[in-house]
Amino acid sequence: MEQDELKRQEDKCIQENPPACTAGCPIHLDARKLMLDIQKQDLKSALATMQKKQPFPGIIGRICDHPCENVCKRKDVGTTIAISDLERYCVQNQTTTVKKMKVPPKSQTVAVVGSGLRGLTVAYDLAKKGYKVSLFEKADRLGGNLWNYSEHQLPPEVIVEELSVLNRLDIQIKLNTAITQQDLAKLQEEFNVVYLGLADQSNDVVELLGEHSSVDLVTCATQTPGLFRGSLVGNESPIKSVADGRKAAVSIDRYLLGVSLTGSRESEEPYETKLYVKTKGIAPLPVVPMNDESAGYTTEEALQEAGRCLNCQCLECVKGCVFMQEYGSYPKSYVRQIYNNDAIVMGLRQGNKMINSCSLCGQCAAICPQGLDLGETCKATRESMVSKGKMPPSAFDFALRDMAFNNSEEFALTRHQPGYNSSKYVFFPGCQLSASSPEQVEKVYAYLMEKLDGGVGLMLRCCGAPADWAGDQELFQNSLKVLVAEWESLGKPKLIVACSTCHSMFREKFPELVSLWELMADLDLPVQDPNVSGGKVAVQDACTTRHEPVIQDAVRHILARLGYEIEELPYSKEETKCCGFGGLTSFANPELAKKIVEDRISESATDYVAYCAMCRDNFAAKGKRTFHLLDLIFGTNLEEAAIRPRVGFSYRHENRAKLRRKLLHSLWKEAPQEKEGAFRTINLLLNEKVLEVMEDRRILIEDIQQVIELAERTGQKFVNPDTGHNLAHFRPFKVTFWVEYQSQEQGFVVLNVYSHRMEILEDGHE
Amino acid sequence: MNNKPNKTQKNPWKCGKCGGELTLGMIRASYLGNEFEVEELKCLKCGFVLITEDLALGKMFEVEQSLENK
Ligand code: SF4
Ligand code: SF4
Ligand SMILES: [Zn+2]
Repeated sequence: MEQDELKRQEDKCIQENPPACTAGCPIHLDARKLMLDIQKQDLKSALATMQKKQPFPGIIGRICDHPCENVCKRKDVGTTIAISDLERYCVQNQTTTVKKMKVPPKSQTVAVVGSGLRGLTVAYDLAKKGYKVSLFEKADRLGGNLWNYSEHQLPPEVIVEELSVLNRLDIQIKLNTAITQQDLAKLQEEFNVVYLGLADQSNDVVELLGEHSSVDLVTCATQTPGLFRGSLVGNESPIKSVADGRKAAVSIDRYLLGVSLTGSRESEEPYETKLYVKTKGIAPLPVVPMNDESAGYTTEEALQEAGRCLNCQCLECVKGCVFMQEYGSYPKSYVRQIYNNDAIVMGLRQGNKMINSCSLCGQCAAICPQGLDLGETCKATRESMVSKGKMPPSAFDFALRDMAFNNSEEFALTRHQPGYNSSKYVFFPGCQLSASSPEQVEKVYAYLMEKLDGGVGLMLRCCGAPADWAGDQELFQNSLKVLVAEWESLGKPKLIVACSTCHSMFREKFPELVSLWELMADLDLPVQDPNVSGGKVAVQDACTTRHEPVIQDAVRHILARLGYEIEELPYSKEETKCCGFGGLTSFANPELAKKIVEDRISESATDYVAYCAMCRDNFAAKGKRTFHLLDLIFGTNLEEAAIRPRVGFSYRHENRAKLRRKLLHSLWKEAPQEKEGAFRTINLLLNEKVLEVMEDRRILIEDIQQVIELAERTGQKFVNPDTGHNLAHFRPFKVTFWVEYQSQEQGFVVLNVYSHRMEILEDGHE
Repeated sequence: MNNKPNKTQKNPWKCGKCGGELTLGMIRASYLGNEFEVEELKCLKCGFVLITEDLALGKMFEVEQSLENK
């Protein structure tokens, strides 16, 4: 990934934009956090949250005119959160504590004239930054208009207490000091900066500044260097006064640092946030009333009211995707992690597993209001890893060997329909359906030959998806080339695919491409047993049909014709979830793939129907009653079909090879040669437990056969004299397989299997 | 790597090639172009090496993974 591409992707994700309340607050208080603090009954933290933005929380918390509430998202579903009342609750129940200043004192000096909220804020902000601040007030006390509030709303002792912080910040306070034009000139000489917090009494300002009284509204700077003033005139809003003071403080700091006053100040003013918050489906709630208006919220009421906060977030993609949840963050940070991982030259690439765990299914892009596709980034990065030779071999080796098997003579086959020497169509069942239910492939092929005129050829092989997903574009393109050549040898017939993954791989390459479901939706369906049809099924859309509404509709159409009532899962059609097979997740991260399945099958208690063999097998393997659409179409023994276990890896190979031999024999009257290899005659006795271990460790029957064949032929094995067990190994490719076994009359009982990738270099070890 | 096979647990295996006893020894191994030594069982007489399940799925796997991510 290039740096600018990273930036482009990062910018798409708006999750880190502030909630509406914060964006709409003139000083951008983090009300969302405040609500969480209150919910946790952590008022210390609540005060800290307020103090982070508010100069005098005890005061502001009691008098703020809360423009945030006008924009609070809660109003879409109920009434706006009573943010201001909750702030008041906080300051009534927790006193402010001031942390010791950490910044080193600076030598530069600032004179602040006027101690209304504006001047107070400027003095406070700059003193906290370490400047030497002197505050001039013509009256005999600080606070200006603050004293005009009712004693009940803002008790005088609170004003005194809150403003005492100024002493602790070592601000020089000069009361009873009115500033005349002459004094001003002196201040300008004596101090590096002078700030006039007098905008409200604009007469004073005009008097003091004369014709130089105009002010820059963005920076609060006057035309005189080093002289700043309030920019709001006729303002009634206390929080805007604070914001105005803050704006000036920022400018003064920049002025004293000698940097640009105007650079990137856009987000200082209140603005509309880009954060997307989905409120659909959230129950509306009205504001929690106060039992005693004048006393304010009780703790119980405050908890309830703060509890109404939506804790505004986007995270739409994360809510839908177990992979994103697994790594605890969201795309904005994921793309950066991925970028950094890709950029590592020396050192550990901690992110590899994460990058290889994504299902590349595009759900995030379909859900995200900005269309961000994390899968695209993961896929591109896998390609980059492969091209740099940095792809961990163990991640996808097994899947790629499986692909090689499917494109080898063991499975691959291209034929015209028996008795034809041209093909108008060719059926491409795909390797997974052929492995999971070879008998259905036979049925579909027979059905198509019966229904369609012009010859229906057959092509058995792999579409190349594993290579594409594993980031190996070269392998993918080469596999596609062979596939295209085979297809051309049939005279470029119209391609009928049963598998949505194949469909997604062929979409661009083959203009005349049709899914089996589209085709069947318009053809007569096989005659149904009247006893088995009907009932309700929930549809699992294959993730590779995400942008194929035609296929999704065809599936529903077929179900309706078969008499089924359809239930839509919460995430369906364009937003459907992957079953954990997509992107080879189940190979790179089997634990995560399990969670993905568990999440998906918990969405509804209704029986599922899938039209991808992998979805069906993965769900059924976790105990979810799931039909394949073909089970319903060719409906025999549906009870068994729904709970039929997944076909394990070893038998997937066997099923494919058998299917090929059977079809060649029964349809084309050919007797294919049995595959060579003495190991194939080794008879294995496998119990359930060992089969499970084999499945987990991805060790195939043929791997075990080879180990035993070699050991028995050469005597290269270990023996346990007490039990008669043998332990032997073989390294047919970059994996060494170990098998513990016992020989019996009928064959070899397999007791345990394991493997490692590391190579042993000892001489005695062949 | 210091994944020592459990010494208290007696090793039940004998070399099937020559009938020799097995003993712990340093064994050279390599992965992705990196070479290192592992302590494992090998035949005293002919040097035939036995990798236990514990080693293969434990320390060996860990090292494989970290080398793959280098
Ligand atoms: S619901 Fe909560 S986080 Fe969202 S805008 Fe309102 S107060 Fe802020
Ligand atoms: S949906 Fe996900 S990627 Fe898109 S903006 Fe929201 S959090 Fe970011
Ligand atoms: Zn030996």
